[in-house]
Amino acid sequence: MSDPVLIPHDPPLVRNPGPARMLRPSVFWQIAEDLPPRLSWILMALSIALPLVLWAIVASSGLVKSLFLPSPAQVVTAIHRLWVSGALPVDIQSSLLRIMGGFALATAIAIPLGTLMGTFASIRSLMEPIVGIVRYMPATAFIPLLILYFGLGELPKILLVFVGTLFFNTLMVMDSVKFIPKEMIEATYTLGGNRWQVLLQVILPYIMPGIIDTCRVNMAAAWNLVIVSELVAATEGLGRRISVAQRFLKTDEIFAGLIIIGAIGLTIDILFRLLLRYACRWSVKA
Amino acid sequence: MHLEIKHLYKQFSARGNTIVALKDINLHVETGELVCAVGASGSGKSTMLRIVAGLEQPTAGEVLVDGQPVIGPGADRGMVFQSYTLYPWMTVEENISFGLKLQGASLADRFEQACYYMGVVGLSQFAKALPRELSGGMKQRVAIARALASQPKILLMDEPFGALDVQTRETMQGFLIDLWQNTGTTILTITHDVEEAVFLSQRVYVMSARPGTIRQELVIDLPADRNEAVRRSSTFQDYRYAILDLLRQPVAVGA
Ligand SMILES: Nc1ncnc2c1ncn2[C@@H]1O[C@H](COP(=O)(O)OP(=O)(O)OP(=O)(O)O)[C@@H](O)[C@H]1O
Ligand SMILES: [Mg+2]
Repeated sequence: MSDPVLIPHDPPLVRNPGPARMLRPSVFWQIAEDLPPRLSWILMALSIALPLVLWAIVASSGLVKSLFLPSPAQVVTAIHRLWVSGALPVDIQSSLLRIMGGFALATAIAIPLGTLMGTFASIRSLMEPIVGIVRYMPATAFIPLLILYFGLGELPKILLVFVGTLFFNTLMVMDSVKFIPKEMIEATYTLGGNRWQVLLQVILPYIMPGIIDTCRVNMAAAWNLVIVSELVAATEGLGRRISVAQRFLKTDEIFAGLIIIGAIGLTIDILFRLLLRYACRWSVKA
Repeated sequence: MHLEIKHLYKQFSARGNTIVALKDINLHVETGELVCAVGASGSGKSTMLRIVAGLEQPTAGEVLVDGQPVIGPGADRGMVFQSYTLYPWMTVEENISFGLKLQGASLADRFEQACYYMGVVGLSQFAKALPRELSGGMKQRVAIARALASQPKILLMDEPFGALDVQTRETMQGFLIDLWQNTGTTILTITHDVEEAVFLSQRVYVMSARPGTIRQELVIDLPADRNEAVRRSSTFQDYRYAILDLLRQPVAVGA
């Protein structure tokens, strides 16, 4: 049937090939392998400890005025002072409530909308252009409008977080549907499943890890937005705390605010990771 | 059960070109038979099976199951794919009983069926295992059990053992023969492995490529109890060479 393959001449020679090269084993630089847990913990501790030490050294060296760079001890004192005075708990609470409100609203819409867009090409064609356009409008550019419509209360701040995370959440949820093998859906049809069952009992469980990860990643954007909204107009909140501190040149309180935001962010991140591990055990590497 | 494929044609158009994947396919499968279609890569085997399953629409011709034309997929035609299509978040037991769940069976029924079919495929100890903890052969056994648990009239298999190594493949062939004899299931399977086709089937359809047509139908007259002795017999080898010769023949001009 097929003609024999004719090889016209010998393959070209490589000049000076040298001794055979072999990949040397390495623990630190290994690709796509897990680190030994001990080493992993040590490196992770270093990741936090090193900048802290560096900060302490620079602050105590006197190279930078303490007005601009307070020492770690001064910042700890500031956190303690703000906490005891009762200002910090109120700030944390109000910022968190705004984030939770806006983000919960955004995910409540993004999960069904993104899933539908990922599943049905028709819904995708219907929604993707408009979502794609609005996504490029910076959420912060909506602040004037939100203030104009809803004043200076809680609602515009919640809505800013909502607007700023809705579209990314939707598109990322939509994307996670792409990775489901077509044959898994077809197998469900041959087991007697209808489209509704495929959507709820096959696609949704399959993308659940993707949904949780989407939330985890986009939570950072939510923090960004809430801080910006508080810089503009608020009587309390971590963003407000930072802008007041700047006005009175309290650098230690600016640092305190930033560190608290980082710590809460990290906590939420870890909570999402635990949720993934608990709710989608099948998708987490053992 | 009576499956009939009548004058089936299928064309694909890709980037302006028209590919005739199937040309005038005629084929039938009767109750309790194990029939195999064998052909080279690209001869349209998968396309044919997908049309029977209702996952693809024919360009012309029809597929009848007990006289009823196939218009879409349904639980009366179970399917086992070449790739692993188990639901990764479900245990073996949940995977196997999922078809019954989709059809609204009670929890007790589902449990009973799952236990029965786990026994049939020899995976009772793995009831609570996740698919990622199973070997390739075990995954395909679960996939077969999952298809059977929905009580299909016919089981369609698209190169179910194609991804397995030679030893596992032979074990699985023996397993399929046993399963077929014990359950009386009607099976239509496709493969490009000529030996597998002869070993499994009572009848073989030999397909040729470009365009995909059925070149010949062969009745495999070997003892019902297929074992290694049968595999080594000269009759078996005769069938094998006959099919290989058919596959090697050039496409007749104008055919
Ligand atoms: N969706 C599609 N679009 C365009 N062409 C297709 C499509 N599906 C199949 N074909 C073409 O139809 C022909 C038959 O394909 P099919 O997958 O049915 O072959 P096969 O016999 O199953 O091959 P293999 O043994 O490699 O699985 C091939 O030439 C293929 O390129
Ligand atoms: Mg195929």
